[in-house]
Amino acid sequence: MSDNSQDISQGGYTTVDGRKIGGVMMEMKNITLRFGGVVAISDISFNIHEGEIRAIIGPNGAGKSSMLNVISGFYNPQEGEVWFHGAKRPNMRPYQVAEQGIARTFQNIALFEGMSVLDNVMTGRLTKMKSGMFAQALWKGKAEQEEFENREVVEKIIDFLEIQAIRKTPVARLPYGLKKRVELARALAAEPKLLLLDEPMAGMNVEEKEDMSRFILDVNDEFGTTIALIEHDMGVVMDLSDRVVVMDYGRKIGDGTPAEVLANQDVIDAYLGVSHD
Amino acid sequence: MATTEQVMKPATDGLASIPALLQRNAKQFGSKAAYREKEYGIWQTWSWAMVEKEIEALALGFINLGVNEGDFIAVIGRNRPYLYWSIVAAQSVGAVPVPMYADASAEEMAHVLEHSGARFIIAEDQEQVDKVIEVQESLHQFEHMIYLDPRGMRKYDHHQLHEFSHVQNQGRAAYDEFITDLQERRAKLNYDSTCVMLYTSGTTGKPKGVVLSNRNIIESSKNSSEFDHLRAGDEILAYLPMAWVGDFIFSIGQSYWTGFCVNCPESADTMMTDLREIGPTYYFAPPRVFETQLTTVMIRMEDASPFKKKLFDYFMAHAKKVGPDILDGKPVGMMDRFKYFLGDLAIYGPLKNTLGFSRIRVGYTAGEAIGPEIFEFYRSLGINLKQLYGQTESSVFITVQPDGEVRADTVGVPAPDVELRIEENGEIFYRGPGTFVEYYKNAKSTADTKDALGWVATGDAGFIEESSGHLRIIDRAKDVGQMASGALFAPKFVENKLKFFPNILEAVVFGNGRETCTAFINIDLTAVGNWAERNNIAYASYQELAGHPQVLETVRAHVEDVNKSVAQDAMLSGCQIHRFLILHKELDADDGEMTRTRKVRRGIVEEKFSDLLVGLYDGSKTVSTVTEVTYEDGRKGSISATLTMVDAAVVPVTAHKVAAE
Repeated sequence: MSDNSQDISQGGYTTVDGRKIGGVMMEMKNITLRFGGVVAISDISFNIHEGEIRAIIGPNGAGKSSMLNVISGFYNPQEGEVWFHGAKRPNMRPYQVAEQGIARTFQNIALFEGMSVLDNVMTGRLTKMKSGMFAQALWKGKAEQEEFENREVVEKIIDFLEIQAIRKTPVARLPYGLKKRVELARALAAEPKLLLLDEPMAGMNVEEKEDMSRFILDVNDEFGTTIALIEHDMGVVMDLSDRVVVMDYGRKIGDGTPAEVLANQDVIDAYLGVSHD
Repeated sequence: MATTEQVMKPATDGLASIPALLQRNAKQFGSKAAYREKEYGIWQTWSWAMVEKEIEALALGFINLGVNEGDFIAVIGRNRPYLYWSIVAAQSVGAVPVPMYADASAEEMAHVLEHSGARFIIAEDQEQVDKVIEVQESLHQFEHMIYLDPRGMRKYDHHQLHEFSHVQNQGRAAYDEFITDLQERRAKLNYDSTCVMLYTSGTTGKPKGVVLSNRNIIESSKNSSEFDHLRAGDEILAYLPMAWVGDFIFSIGQSYWTGFCVNCPESADTMMTDLREIGPTYYFAPPRVFETQLTTVMIRMEDASPFKKKLFDYFMAHAKKVGPDILDGKPVGMMDRFKYFLGDLAIYGPLKNTLGFSRIRVGYTAGEAIGPEIFEFYRSLGINLKQLYGQTESSVFITVQPDGEVRADTVGVPAPDVELRIEENGEIFYRGPGTFVEYYKNAKSTADTKDALGWVATGDAGFIEESSGHLRIIDRAKDVGQMASGALFAPKFVENKLKFFPNILEAVVFGNGRETCTAFINIDLTAVGNWAERNNIAYASYQELAGHPQVLETVRAHVEDVNKSVAQDAMLSGCQIHRFLILHKELDADDGEMTRTRKVRRGIVEEKFSDLLVGLYDGSKTVSTVTEVTYEDGRKGSISATLTMVDAAVVPVTAHKVAAE
């Protein structure tokens, strides 16, 4: 096994570029997830610190998205425990997880295609709305005030991600790179403590990747949001993340800073293949 | 000695500086909107009284930071109220503002910063701050930088960096300490103090710093505001580069003189939406903007239903017939007027609304020649679009078209108080209240351009039309040359004719001292791309589309049309294009082929693509070339291409030769 970062397992630490990282926010303990006979995740443990950018990498079918789905509460693992803010989390529905302050984007964009960008991002505020369905339909009293407040938050995010020009455009008419950005906007609208990004740069060109990287760093810097992301582009992962978990066939084969992971023989074998003679 | 100097008029109503005008506006128009900016999806408004307070706080903050009288303060960013305030705050403390192009590369910025010796820099955001940091080693006088948008700036070393709002807060806190100093500095400003220093776009060589005094700016603004009856209730949209003299005159000079409101768009991409929401009453755009808008309208009409398309064509034909006459107040028959009224209900009104032109009283275009069809299109809709001619050195106004005397091929009569003179060789000279003081730290250039009597050489060749007294521009004087046969060579004349085709974005014509003329052409990706889509032609890039045989064929037809038209002109019939090619890349300011105001740098283009030019003249069918390109972030790459040289038919002009012999 790799040199697991024992020294930083519980307390905070300081990154290479001098950022202060807080204590453990989320802890995955011996997670195992099976679909019938298929073992998607096998006995994996790792943690996510407050304020860090944590990457999960691995070859296709390694179980990365399943891992993200466990964190977001979409899958409940057969074995193992998820600890969040120092408390063991019971099995939850995804909306309950969302209310805890965890938001995500999807590998295959999951926006409401017929709705405008603004409306899509507004849906991200759903967990923050207190007024009932009828009050909102009539747009009376608290509902009206709430919409003003939520719209303000949403407009700040639109400004932050520089998508003012497409505010009123239906999502279906947008190119792929912008849809990805709108998804990020919707996730940010929930003002998450932990943001899960499933392949935020898949299918993008170099310029779009640079933009997205800048936004991810800015989100982390500006809002102090903890970010866990899955990504294939090694260059991006090495540039962005503070620590990396490497998975292969549902197992964890590496965990540490980008430099440590790159030097790990198991990781190299998994990525480049290994001769069996 | 009345001839030695232009008559030095005393300051108008004792208002000798922009800060003085600000104080007047705060008193006179206190609660009226002075600035608007769309932020977070809502138009935020500042009244003149609020603006005075904001600028005062910033000015006090400047004093607090140690700004001295005579210091230069560079301002870099897109049009934002805060940056306009920075300019006036700099003037208030006796410093000289130097607005800069936001899209300039770090090296271009280094030249201006170093040449002006700016001690202070006000940058809009992280992007601009990064550019300055990249070159700060070479800036000896640079001390402090103030940034507007704190995003991404938290981790920067803040020894020399200050946030805009903090500077203002410190200014407010130090009110008692510095207010007397500020008032004294403000009182010292007079008609001869420097108002602003603007750098020329630099079509040839390095940009020069043009020093403009309060007299230049205020007199020019006053005259032009009166000429067009501008008033406090007018609205403009500020979207052109702040470093350009036009924006300085419109958004600061005329705005502070008349008290009208300056609206800043939310971002560069939302300009069209913002234009529509604001509905300016006074509007300025270079021809390129009008061309792009017209292309968009035409492309969208192609997609409209047959009924709508028919209606549009029918009424536009009618508008073309009577629209300009109605606008000029010429007699038009009752029936035609009624039809125009119907057209206004069905087509012109809604179209103007979509374009954001419903409320325009006065619109200007300048900088380049505008295509007659494009010009007529807007005028026939009832938009009072006019042309003017000017430059940085004249505080914009040399000639303007008065209402009712508007034509596509002239640039109007001399502006109020401006005198005009045409030299033997055709070069245009002028002098007037807007005539610049000097080129900063460049006495030689100043003396070359401006003589002792205050006459300034424009570098443009032109003539005054006998019948109307209007000025017509032929070309840049130094670009006008002779062909080997001795015939006159005026590239701009031919290039403009080419550029009037929607498919052609840019053209560069060569032929000085040669037997025949040739041309480099850039296609318009929007127009040609739309055509390609309609005809099921797949393409992956500009380069691929530019090399498509059908595109070459279309452009050849355009070139041949231009040749026919050029052949009509007795003087310039020798300038017909014999061969041309479509360039494999768009000419770009990042590669130095154009200025930041998008004027072609002829010399650089000729040198950079010399291999292609050789190919055009030695009869090769194709030429392979490799060209270096610079990306927006400053990295370099290269593209290689094989270009086809195309022959174009020319109209024989023997008749003129016989006459000449």
